Amino acid sequence: MDNIIVIAIIALGGLGLIAAIILYFIANKFKVFEDPKIDEVEDALPSANCGGCGFPGCRAYAEATVKSAKENGHLEGLNCPVGGNEVGQLVGKILGLEIEAKDPLIAVIRCNGSHTNSPAKVKFEGATSCSFAHALYGGEGGCQFSCLGLGDCVDVCDFDAIHMDSETGLPVVNDKCTACGACVVACPRDIIELRKRGPKEKRIFVSCVNKEKGAPAKKNCSVACIGCGKCEKVCNFDAITITSFLAYINFDNCTLCRKCVEVCPTNAIHEINFRPRKPKAEKPKIVAPAADSSITRKPVVDKTVVKSDSKETIADNKIGKEPVITKTVVTKKPIDNKDNKE
Amino acid sequence: MGILRTFALGGIHPAEDKLSSNAPIETIPVPKQAIVPLGQNLGAPSKPIVKKGDMVKVGQLLAEAGGFISTPIHSPVSGKVFKIDNAIDGSGYKRPAIIINVDGDEWDDTIDTSEKIESEIKLNSKEIVDRIKSCGIVGMGGATFPTYVKLMPPPGKTAEYLLINGVECEPYLTADHRLMLEKGQEIVIGVRILMNALNVKKAFIGIENNKPDAINHITELVKSYDGIEVQPLKVQYPQGGEKQLIKASVNREVPSGKLPIEVGCVVQNVGTAFAVYEAVQKNKPLFERVVTVTGKAVKKPSNFLARIGTPISQLIEAAEGLPEDTGKIIGGGPMMGKAITSLDIPIVKGSSGLLLMKKEESTRAAENSCIRCSKCTYVCPMGLEPYLLSRAAKLGNFEMAENESIMDCIECGSCQYACPATIPLLDYLRLGKMKVGSIMRNRK
Repeated sequence: MDNIIVIAIIALGGLGLIAAIILYFIANKFKVFEDPKIDEVEDALPSANCGGCGFPGCRAYAEATVKSAKENGHLEGLNCPVGGNEVGQLVGKILGLEIEAKDPLIAVIRCNGSHTNSPAKVKFEGATSCSFAHALYGGEGGCQFSCLGLGDCVDVCDFDAIHMDSETGLPVVNDKCTACGACVVACPRDIIELRKRGPKEKRIFVSCVNKEKGAPAKKNCSVACIGCGKCEKVCNFDAITITSFLAYINFDNCTLCRKCVEVCPTNAIHEINFRPRKPKAEKPKIVAPAADSSITRKPVVDKTVVKSDSKETIADNKIGKEPVITKTVVTKKPIDNKDNKE
Repeated sequence: MGILRTFALGGIHPAEDKLSSNAPIETIPVPKQAIVPLGQNLGAPSKPIVKKGDMVKVGQLLAEAGGFISTPIHSPVSGKVFKIDNAIDGSGYKRPAIIINVDGDEWDDTIDTSEKIESEIKLNSKEIVDRIKSCGIVGMGGATFPTYVKLMPPPGKTAEYLLINGVECEPYLTADHRLMLEKGQEIVIGVRILMNALNVKKAFIGIENNKPDAINHITELVKSYDGIEVQPLKVQYPQGGEKQLIKASVNREVPSGKLPIEVGCVVQNVGTAFAVYEAVQKNKPLFERVVTVTGKAVKKPSNFLARIGTPISQLIEAAEGLPEDTGKIIGGGPMMGKAITSLDIPIVKGSSGLLLMKKEESTRAAENSCIRCSKCTYVCPMGLEPYLLSRAAKLGNFEMAENESIMDCIECGSCQYACPATIPLLDYLRLGKMKVGSIMRNRK
């Protein structure tokens, strides 16, 4: 009895040993070298595996960054939108590269065709999928560019950042958005766009993608962009272009002056996270106290008035006429300069 | 009569409800304004050759073919071109269309408007195909595939049989039935023309057994012609599908992803045969067609001969108005048709019927969970597994859907009809087909 046990132990132990030796040599022979940096980079990534970078998962992205750093010496075009600048810097540090800080982005819904703005003319019954409905018809409100409201964008979001508002029938993006771009791809109507989050989350955008002429666009939706061109004219920074009856604000040029928002006849241009405007009647023609003006941006019209005034008064001052105003000029001037610098 | 022929796999038999089968074809007056969409055929849309302000006559060329698989469009009315603009059509979207303000009804001189039936075929095979091409004939069954393409078999392939589809398996629709009864002689001449064009010796006219009057009438008419035979078929949906009809008529199976010509068959609708007769013998381009307007609440279910571009509201008026509790208007039949979103949509070459459904008929039941009863698999005429394909499409697993041959689905809707859990199977199948199709195109 004892004998059998001993034989079994020796036999199995011997087999195991032989197998271990063979495996050791085979493993050495077929060893694949893997850069340890790949693991390091992968650890630094958010592990969301969302595909926002264009690679199938974080591991593939890590491999791509290490390869690019080795071969090209830069990481251009490789960007982890979820991790943002923080992760970007970390990855750069691991790979010994300097990474330029990028402006954080956020998904923006460019349609305001809610149930009240674009009342339903027909009712959709069928599979709750935007891409399916998109193949069938224009939309409940009649606008064939509008949001279909069936939530394909919500389904693909890995970050719980986009939800349907049952009151308006439109999706709403919250602060959890990492700009991975999954919803942008999922939307069959190309309504969602990744735009800069902007300073203090302030954003201005045209909330419409209707490329129809003004009259038919307005017929289906009261807040449609009708391509009137008022915003294009009023913009001093060439930020707004109109192509096929639709305005688009280029966020690289936009200075968030909000002039376009004011002139838009259909309220198609949206401003987000701005302080509420002061009523028009209270527009300060007379210069406001310094403390106030540093917070609230003064409308540009007022600025020019102030400027021309101050120039005149300075000139006048040199000549020596009307010394009465000088006092106000002195308090005003530093504010102007500050504004200009900004 | 023995056992009637039908296709082998699956199939359903929904309530027929052919309410308008005794209503003779009535001609609808010319509309005040005709909206002629440019994309009326499967394939590339046509290119307009008229300008705003041009005067056109009935039958005059409005737009030429925009590619190989495309057809020209002829004016259905006479008058002045009002504008070329986007107008809503059956697709639910605004698409380019030629809008003509009608003035009188002056026909082009080249069209033979006499009532006489021309039975002598004067043109040869190539001339027939050219005429069919220049007259803008498309498949009148609803798929609107350009007819001339079907008449030119690819090199190395020859047609053996011509199958004429007089099945009309869709419930409610009676346009083809009425056409066979009233224009039987013309259809038979059309069939002979198509046989000449294809150089085939044998043609079968498949008619379902629920139309005995049409079977008798056409059988009487083809007696004097050797090559043409009428085949009564068992009533089974979707027998009007090309592949199902081939299986039923000549017991051949079209391989997956291939065309009927692969098994030596060409299938044409009876409506197409009639249009071919008019084009070849009367030189009349395709600018009008028979449309069934029907529904349980419709006061006067009818068959109308309407010009292309007539708004559907005019047809509904002619059928004595829109019933009050209409929940849905369907362009086509109840099985494969599509709900339409506006009454301004014009009749096009592919409109076979308008079905006005009552509210209680048209509301969909809530979707329940699949109970794996396999009814959908049992009724699928293509031998697919609809529950699996729809699930794959719903979950976005398009690779699996492709491997399980989603592209062979003919979208007949039998699975959804049979489903006891009222799952919108066809919706997901269509979604899957769309996505897989685009993936396959991108791969090329």
